Amino acid sequence: MKCKDVVKELADYLDEALDPTLRMSIEEHLGNCKDCRVVVDTTKQTIDIFCNSEPAPLSEPTRERLHQALIKRLRRRP
Amino acid sequence: MSSPKLDPVPSHALPSQVVKADEPILVAQAKAGDVSAFETLVNRYERKIFRLTQNITQNREDAEDAMQEAFLKAYEHLGEFEGNSRFYTWLVRIAVNQALMKLRRRRPNVVSLDDEIDTGEDIIPREVEDWGPSPIERYEQTELSEILSKVISELDPAFRIVFQLRDIEQLSTEETAEALRLSVPAVKSRLLRGRLKLRQKLNQYFRQGAKL
Repeated sequence: MKCKDVVKELADYLDEALDPTLRMSIEEHLGNCKDCRVVVDTTKQTIDIFCNSEPAPLSEPTRERLHQALIKRLRRRP
Repeated sequence: MSSPKLDPVPSHALPSQVVKADEPILVAQAKAGDVSAFETLVNRYERKIFRLTQNITQNREDAEDAMQEAFLKAYEHLGEFEGNSRFYTWLVRIAVNQALMKLRRRRPNVVSLDDEIDTGEDIIPREVEDWGPSPIERYEQTELSEILSKVISELDPAFRIVFQLRDIEQLSTEETAEALRLSVPAVKSRLLRGRLKLRQKLNQYFRQGAKL
């Protein structure tokens, strides 16, 4: 397995969606290739940082407009 | 007809991070006409839905409109929600549609999600540097949020939207494909490229010695 093969399978590898044989081949390669280990690790960190980031609170005017629009709509419900 | 009891700006918004176990109960109550149950769902998801529409449209006004329309449509079509997926996943799909309509209206020349992405591009990372200490420890929350907003805004919409649904909203590959009317291989291809491009963009902030 070459570095470009690892990169091609990277998304499925990180999502644990690879069959066991392919996964073992990648892990064998990672054991011998520091560059690929760094790419795998920093890509995983990229996903984790975004996945764990808290959305910012809505500004009060934005929230006010959302809830006013909902109130207006809910009043029409029979 | 009694007036709805929706509080315009409740001060007790629930954390929006987690899909809570009571979601099916709240949806059932809302379907039965319990306005406060729908209010709880809105409070729970408004921040996440706004981040989603903001990341897709890259325009604050469009993002706000798309969020409002998404919640209103969800309410109007609540009776059609059959519970085959999580309510949040259903809501995300509505919000994605609203946001994409805004994006296409404002930027008609934007790359269509249906377009074939050039697969001849060399995707092998060129910058291979370790990141050192955890970025979460190195940056203040506000500073980190600004970095994440900046780098994701620079991403091509075809990659950005797939990454948003798959890795931020945590939809499955199949759910993402269905929401965007893409094939599963197309989602996987865009996801891989999106992840690698974001990694590369974050490299300038997070590589060892990069902290200002």
